[in-house]
Amino acid sequence: MTHVLDPDALPGATPAVHAPLPPYDDVTRSDAAFRSFLHGLPGVDQVGAESRAAQLGTRSIKTTSKAWAIDTAISMVDLTTLEGADTPGKVRSLAAKAKQPDPSDPTTPRVAAVCVYGDLAGVAREALAGTGIHVAAVATAFPSGRASRAVKIADVRDAVGNGADEIDMVIDRGAFLTGRYLDVYEEIVAVKEACGDAHLKVILETGELKTLDNVRRASWIAMLAGGDFVKTSTGKVTPAATLPVGLVMLEAVRDFRIATGRQIGVKPAGGIRTTKDAVKHLVMINETAGPDWLSPDWFRFGASSLLNDLLLQRQKLRTGHYSGPDYVTVD
Amino acid sequence: MTSTSSAFEYAPAPESRSIVSIAPSYGLFVDGEFVDGTGEAFKTVNPATEEVLSEVASGSEADVDRAVAAARRAFTRVWGPMRPADRGKYLFRIARLLQERAREFAVLESLDNGKPIRESRDVDVPLAAAHFFYYAGWADKLEHVGLGTGPRPLGVAGQVIPWNFPLLMLAWKVAPALAAGNTVVLKPAETTPLSALLFAEICQQADLPAGVVNIVTGAGDTGRAVVEHGDVDKVAFTGSTAVGKSIARAVAGTQKLLTLELGGKAANIVFDDAPIDQAVEGIVQGIFFNQGHVCCAGSRLLVQESIHDEVVASLQRRIGTLRVGDPLDKNTDIGAINSAEQLARIRELSDIGEAEGAQRWQPACDLPAKGYWFPPTVFTDVSPAHRIARDEVFGPVLSVLTFRTPDEAVAKANNTTYGLSAGIWSEKGSRILKIANELRAGVVWANTFNKFDPTSPFGGYKQSGYGREGGRHGLAAYLKGADQ
Repeated sequence: MTHVLDPDALPGATPAVHAPLPPYDDVTRSDAAFRSFLHGLPGVDQVGAESRAAQLGTRSIKTTSKAWAIDTAISMVDLTTLEGADTPGKVRSLAAKAKQPDPSDPTTPRVAAVCVYGDLAGVAREALAGTGIHVAAVATAFPSGRASRAVKIADVRDAVGNGADEIDMVIDRGAFLTGRYLDVYEEIVAVKEACGDAHLKVILETGELKTLDNVRRASWIAMLAGGDFVKTSTGKVTPAATLPVGLVMLEAVRDFRIATGRQIGVKPAGGIRTTKDAVKHLVMINETAGPDWLSPDWFRFGASSLLNDLLLQRQKLRTGHYSGPDYVTVD
Repeated sequence: MTSTSSAFEYAPAPESRSIVSIAPSYGLFVDGEFVDGTGEAFKTVNPATEEVLSEVASGSEADVDRAVAAARRAFTRVWGPMRPADRGKYLFRIARLLQERAREFAVLESLDNGKPIRESRDVDVPLAAAHFFYYAGWADKLEHVGLGTGPRPLGVAGQVIPWNFPLLMLAWKVAPALAAGNTVVLKPAETTPLSALLFAEICQQADLPAGVVNIVTGAGDTGRAVVEHGDVDKVAFTGSTAVGKSIARAVAGTQKLLTLELGGKAANIVFDDAPIDQAVEGIVQGIFFNQGHVCCAGSRLLVQESIHDEVVASLQRRIGTLRVGDPLDKNTDIGAINSAEQLARIRELSDIGEAEGAQRWQPACDLPAKGYWFPPTVFTDVSPAHRIARDEVFGPVLSVLTFRTPDEAVAKANNTTYGLSAGIWSEKGSRILKIANELRAGVVWANTFNKFDPTSPFGGYKQSGYGREGGRHGLAAYLKGADQ
């Protein structure tokens, strides 16, 4: 690269040599080694994964367990706005919603984070000061990820500098689909370093990876590279967070912890709009990765409209009847 | 009653019992009507609670004789001469009624059998309806079965079915028989007669001509009377190999045609290139579906030695999430063992397994105090010489064996007196096709297990029986060609 944004031209942009956790510390020693490692992971039978996800979807969650599930799901929401038309006003309104999701019921839990574009992270940081609610910013030329690495790193640093304590990056799907797995890995390593103390969520954009084998491999790349979360989608590509994709990612984080001792979080994003969908994901966590993941530290929902449905269902449990869309706030 | 303790406890989600009304006593269904039996009545219990559900008539020889006479009359006067398309209409009507009353059937089946409502609701009842729909379509197309242009029905079919899938086995037997133009006398299992009696109501509701379907409840003696009756043209039996052999002896030398669907000891073969997570699901589905009361259950896990530890560890973790308990709870995965007698047999064989040196593993699991229960069980260190590797347990008990090469897998899989089903797990298509050809089993599943469909024939090799049920092949068991 001869570009002005050549990473080598920027001090500190070249990642320190990063080795994955043992026992995987040598799998990234070469392109060939990494490729054979990833292709040596057990395959995913699509039919079988879909039928398992569907079966978990038939669990019947009622009464007290439903109440627990709704509150847990609310506490896991990354309340998101990622539009070209976003303004400071819109972000402040979302932050207010995050702090007090249901003005009619102060016992409603707060959401986990507000997720915005990096230039608005400062607005969110200010609006959420002192609440404990995280500020997540998408970065790395979200959503396509088509920019030079230096631009992506600069994007991350800008967002962190603006006050984001969580970074949602996108992987280079082009590199992944052409089999340049080590490039994908190295970019995540570089982004992680640029994050500093900020948590890194790695968006796989599974709707573009298409196969569940790819979802498993991409999850492993992200985990080995030091990502703190694996996230399904940007929300800009359909399909986004399907149950079978979530299942495969939960299996990946489960297996990774068994092998390395390090726990990685999971964030399905995009397409989860109803309480029923959210509860299905919680059941799937419970019976796949296990109850250790049933916390906002380890599981998030990337969503916007989901929150209001959760609130409506919460009101219904409390009052015994359904209200309507005017009983939750439009933000 | 789950074994895991987590923040996310599923509150009880019981399916309502109120949709079914169980009469205090039932008679026999003969010639379109419920009549008193002349044998001694017996009780049918809910195996999950030991509660008596109802008292059911026991068919004597005289009762069976009346039922066969009614079936013969219906065959010669009504059902045999009927336009095939009209026979199809009745079967379509029955199929629709099964769907309309699906919840009722599902609850009743779970009450009487002990199986989880998730399975009776999602598998047994929908598949039973699907069998009637499928064979209803065949009724006016019999010249395409493959038996020439004018296949004819056999006459009166005597059918004896087991307790593991009471309604589904009824459908497997009754639907093809009726579609082909036969009439039937069916003897449901002693411990699970209720869904067959509700099916009798469906026959009435569908205005099925009297005598086309006759249901004679009772125990072994009643079944023997059906099988040995001189005016029965066809005998179809699903059940144990021991009883199957005695039936084969009883019909030897008579004009009766016979199909037998008997026991099994299926190998579920997992190669080291298998999709492991889905294979683990398939192992669970293979042996714990319906409490392992499945003749084609994948009761012998043959796992390649190189991945044995990984697969067993995954399997144990997965079994730890199975929910054992109230069959009517929608979140229950494993229900009750069907009878005290079956529970005793499962316990006996498991104890023998341990005594022979195999390692028994069971998850931490609270079982209800009343009723018949057995936790999901895995035996490791099982060798082919152990009885738990050879005898059909017919319960939630898995024996894990290993192999080193594909040849050894095939040799071990075929090393059984049975041959009903088998499973292969591998991501390599060519291997699946090769191994499937080498396995002596009637059904071979690839990267799945215990999947059923009315279009697919089902039946065994060796001591698993003969004849096929399901699909076009299933019709051949109830028809004779023009030259026969």
